[in-house]
Amino acid sequence: MSSKTFLLNMGPQHPAMHGVVRLILELEGERIVKADCDIGYLHRAFEKHAETETWNNVVPWTDRLNYVSPLINNVGYALAAEKLAGIEVPERGQYIRVIACEISRVTDHLTCVGASAMELGAFTVFLYMIKAREYLYQLVDQLTGARITTAFTRVGGVKGDLPKDFAARFAEAAAKVREAVAESDKLLARNRIFMDRMEGTGVVSKETAVAYGMTGPFLRSTGVPYDVRRAHPYLVYDRLDFDVPVGSTGDNYDRYLCRMAEIEQSLRLVEQCLEKIPDGKHSLEPAEMKHAFEYQDAGKHGDVALLRKYAAKEDQTLEGMGPETVGSVRAAAPGVVLPPKERAYGSIEGLMNHFELVMWSWGVKIPAGETYMAVEGGNGELGFHVVSDGVNDGPWRVRCRPPCLFIMAALPEILKGSMIADIIPTFGSVNMIAGELDR
Amino acid sequence: MSSDAIRGERREVPAAGNLEALRALRAEGFNALVDLTCVDYQGQGRAERFDVIYRLMKLDPSTGLDAGRVEVHCAVGEGAVLRSAAPLWPVADWLEREVWDMYGVRFADRPGIKRLLMYEEFEGHALRKDYPIAKRQPLVGPKDGQKADAPSFNILKPTLRGE
Amino acid sequence: MQIDEAAPAGTMTTQLDAALGWARKYSIFQYPFVTACCGMEFMSTAASHYDMDRFGAGFPRFSPRQADVLMVVGTISHKMAPVLRRIYDQMPRPKWVVAFGVCTCTGGFYNNYSTVQGIDTIVPVDLYIPGCPPRPETVIQGLTLLQEKIAKERGLVREL
Repeated sequence: MSSKTFLLNMGPQHPAMHGVVRLILELEGERIVKADCDIGYLHRAFEKHAETETWNNVVPWTDRLNYVSPLINNVGYALAAEKLAGIEVPERGQYIRVIACEISRVTDHLTCVGASAMELGAFTVFLYMIKAREYLYQLVDQLTGARITTAFTRVGGVKGDLPKDFAARFAEAAAKVREAVAESDKLLARNRIFMDRMEGTGVVSKETAVAYGMTGPFLRSTGVPYDVRRAHPYLVYDRLDFDVPVGSTGDNYDRYLCRMAEIEQSLRLVEQCLEKIPDGKHSLEPAEMKHAFEYQDAGKHGDVALLRKYAAKEDQTLEGMGPETVGSVRAAAPGVVLPPKERAYGSIEGLMNHFELVMWSWGVKIPAGETYMAVEGGNGELGFHVVSDGVNDGPWRVRCRPPCLFIMAALPEILKGSMIADIIPTFGSVNMIAGELDR
Repeated sequence: MSSDAIRGERREVPAAGNLEALRALRAEGFNALVDLTCVDYQGQGRAERFDVIYRLMKLDPSTGLDAGRVEVHCAVGEGAVLRSAAPLWPVADWLEREVWDMYGVRFADRPGIKRLLMYEEFEGHALRKDYPIAKRQPLVGPKDGQKADAPSFNILKPTLRGE
Repeated sequence: MQIDEAAPAGTMTTQLDAALGWARKYSIFQYPFVTACCGMEFMSTAASHYDMDRFGAGFPRFSPRQADVLMVVGTISHKMAPVLRRIYDQMPRPKWVVAFGVCTCTGGFYNNYSTVQGIDTIVPVDLYIPGCPPRPETVIQGLTLLQEKIAKERGLVREL
């Protein structure tokens, strides 16, 4: 009688599990004897789509991989493609990428900690953290033109320069984020209920973590200070000063502490970047600009003086893409990088350059070859293995190494022997993002 | 990009001896399997259609630094069977399931193989170059084995009334 | 029981319908069927900055048996479709379905082998909120439109 077990199905649509995944549990009373994990509920064929698209058009698809930190995906993919093409982005562009990545990492950790705290009953923390995230989303909105689906990078650079007064706006937002994080930390860190649920649950040993190829906060909580930004510095991370917070026991509480510490580190990184970033021309004043259609109309009547005098005024979301600006945030590689709009409308060379790059089956050509590039995503090493055949204007294959998958593969093993109630904090600390897990 | 340490050296390994080669690398100190994936080169004039790629890393747990990486390529044809790397790195189990699911490359010496991302009723292997991207297969109903036109799934009546 | 059977047709039913509609529209018990990216905007809308609670829809019920509005938030894949359908079937009437985000409306740019091309192929949809993902303002507008629709509903039981 006592050895009888029964099966319990959890998910794929379970309120306490943010993300679609199905756990099949074999229980003995409340204890988990065996767990099985079924994924793929959000398989959206990212890798297949990437094969049918041009190099730049893959970027919007990468937004939707890890939709909690879309900018890191954008940067990771762009770096891989640039590595294959042999392009280096100007320094200002690199700093802007780091700023974007770190803002995204903060939103990632805020969402993860907030949502998993909510699942443990701390609804207030969720509201505080989402409120803090909102300030950052508004910042991202000003920077990229979208809150979540940013599509910010191009192969060879970023969309545009930082908006005006970005540093001041960031300082304002960072103060609010710090306040919310401090307040939440006060509510959680020494909270008896929270600690009882988190401490000593979901324990992972160093050996298991390494054997499963785990990375990110999950690996660091076990005491292994592996961080791609440290082990293989990309962009300008080697010039910036930051700590890699590590835990010691590898339980849920350590992961919580790691994430909270990383939020502070990321904010510090952005502040350093804003200090060190080399000067560039910021967004143009509206008075100096004319709409692109006015350009065209004037050009048809032979009035080219207008073109020399004014910058092209774009949609608001295209701000910061003037001729001076583009030079400082995008590489000078006319075979890959789109020219500024003034050149596209104002000179025949620019027009042809633009046209050749966007024309179907013409486009950006990257020499045949394969490469791998990884960045530190919100959950760990986010890698892109990119293959080009040198003939098509798009990738032959884009493989995304999803950091969650490696943690989820170990989840059955982590859960074995624990109680049903421990699933919630453990799963919450994985920060499983279905878009990235299932692609 | 300055160095290519993050990719590591590329090595070719024959499909027949993949496990032995990987075991040797494991003994050499490559303790983490960073990635296992596959590329379909159909139409590029290669002798074997697929390349199964194992990406390994020597991770030092105390410093957190990466002491070297290697990229192992294993060229396999359509009917070939590779030996499973799950005894060396447990995560290979899931990654092999994914490769089988998406490319149909088979792995031996492992307890069965189940699709990882797609559902069981799905026919074919979606990431192969000859699988059209928009080729949809019938939806499976909520009751076991019922297809989309079965009564339990077929609901579409007009929903707006009197407006 | 339908009111129409009990009382003679006329003013009383109309008045009762109006009262019911008014009560219902401000007590939406939503079931968030969150799968993907749109969930982030759903969180933003539900949390304090935009605050869905102002419109009487602040109380998510995580059991389909207790909910009356099914919010389908995010892409539905072929593997997920039977789950969505089953949850829809489990909800008691009257029930409304909101397609949140362009993936649920039409499949969006995921025109591929694994994505359902619009959830209206598997469940009836009352309101479409397009956007990838829709901004919170759009969601709030959609919600008020849904409330208008709910207020116009006649009778106790909604036929489908």
